[in-house]
Amino acid sequence: MQSFSNSRWAAALFATLALGLVPLPVQAQTTLTLKTSSVDLPDPLHQFKGEGADAVNNNCLACHSAEMIQTQPKLNAATWTAEVNKMINVMKAPVDKADVAAIVNYLVANYGTK
Amino acid sequence: MPILQRQGTHVSRRTLLASGTCALTLSATRSMAAQTTKLPLPSAPRTRELSSAFPQKGEMIVQRWRAPLLETPFDVFDKGVFTPNDRFFVRWHYADIPVKIDVTTFRLKIHGNVEKEVSLTLDEIMALPHVEVAAVNQCSGNSRGLFMPRVAGGEWGDGAMGNARWTGVRMSDVLKKAGIKPGSVQIRLQGLEKPSLPGSPPFLKSLSVEHAMDGEVMIAFAMNGQQLPHLNGFPLRVVVPGWYATYWVKMLSDIEVLDKPDTNFWMATAYTIPDTPRADMKPGEAGVKFVPINKMVPRSFITNVTAGAKLKTGINHLVRGMAFGGASGVKMVELSVDGGKTWKPTQLGKSEGKYSFRRWESNVKFAKAGDHVLQVRCTNDAGEVQPPTTNWNPAGFMRNVIQSTAISAA
Repeated sequence: MQSFSNSRWAAALFATLALGLVPLPVQAQTTLTLKTSSVDLPDPLHQFKGEGADAVNNNCLACHSAEMIQTQPKLNAATWTAEVNKMINVMKAPVDKADVAAIVNYLVANYGTK
Repeated sequence: MPILQRQGTHVSRRTLLASGTCALTLSATRSMAAQTTKLPLPSAPRTRELSSAFPQKGEMIVQRWRAPLLETPFDVFDKGVFTPNDRFFVRWHYADIPVKIDVTTFRLKIHGNVEKEVSLTLDEIMALPHVEVAAVNQCSGNSRGLFMPRVAGGEWGDGAMGNARWTGVRMSDVLKKAGIKPGSVQIRLQGLEKPSLPGSPPFLKSLSVEHAMDGEVMIAFAMNGQQLPHLNGFPLRVVVPGWYATYWVKMLSDIEVLDKPDTNFWMATAYTIPDTPRADMKPGEAGVKFVPINKMVPRSFITNVTAGAKLKTGINHLVRGMAFGGASGVKMVELSVDGGKTWKPTQLGKSEGKYSFRRWESNVKFAKAGDHVLQVRCTNDAGEVQPPTTNWNPAGFMRNVIQSTAISAA
């Protein structure tokens, strides 16, 4: 990008006085025609690996992909427990009670503070 | 794997658009080679996948594949004041996003405390007077990954923001089609995104009736002159200039006029900030009142010099970047080359309106060799200025601090 030219200063001063929202004249109504949109959404379906991964793969990945967990900083056990409980209590994730401890243990072992 | 097919499709599309074989080679190479990037976060993990596989998107930093969280690579912000649609960040709460939206059957319903319930076609909406605004759309949690102590959530760098020219119709004109009854307090916005599970709280966001009727809040059908990319909210998206993106509901399909304040999860619990100056509190602090996040605060960035850069002494270096004022315009952007001891105003670029990014630049000369810290700070028209120390809150919202870039002169 080039350095700002001097000629832009007058325009800048003028524009500074303008309001945020600019009504368009009726004659200048945008002529855009919206077209039906159809897309595919990619997902490489990353899986958790190692001891205890099944509980996480089976319970967590139905709603979100693995990176939601893998990109987190190291969190302590209380925070990981709270996250799992939020999924159960707020998001109503149907997690088998027997799996809760296994999920938390896996998260703490692999993504927890040491 | 589905991802490989998608990348192949994308390269083909780019190839069609490219005019020569040179462009073909470059685009294919970049797509295959640049698989990951590292964000400048204070602790691991910093590595993120890069992908051009998402529809209508170029290369994006993948924070999460499903529901998509896509960050704009920071170098995009050096290229111009408007963020291209194909590099604009993407943030969805739930993965159940309609993959097909038919413009002939799409309807926007307005109901609740209204004179007359209406269900509007896109043609009916687009027949209303058109308005335009250049405005920054920034995730409440932009830069969350930089919080210390670190907090849970989408671990964004600084790229969960973008600036676009939005074209659409006034929210007030649309609401008048239904007629708001006296005693109404809020309008509640909902898009076509569905909760992942039957019991998950639907994503609902509310604005006061007064705010919704102010003539600035709009429903956009175009972004930088084109229809909205699917993942940025096609066909209609709410635009709330100066406010965080959580209110800019995508694929807007339903407006409910409420006669009492909205207490749903996404207003009362999620997206709330400490009711303190700069939404700042101490980790573990008790008794803090939380309120829904609202207006943005000023920010500024250096876009052409990265940390660790080596700059020659004795010659002029053009340092440039962009700033935005948040809920009011950019009044001044200042640069410091001595770690904040002294500040000099920079030259501002053309204003695109008070809610837009604004370019700034300055010539910098280093007389002596050594380490220097470049800092940039924005003051907005309301007199708010970026502070030297960072704010903190447990959800990682509303980060605002003077940016520092350490360089060495030689």
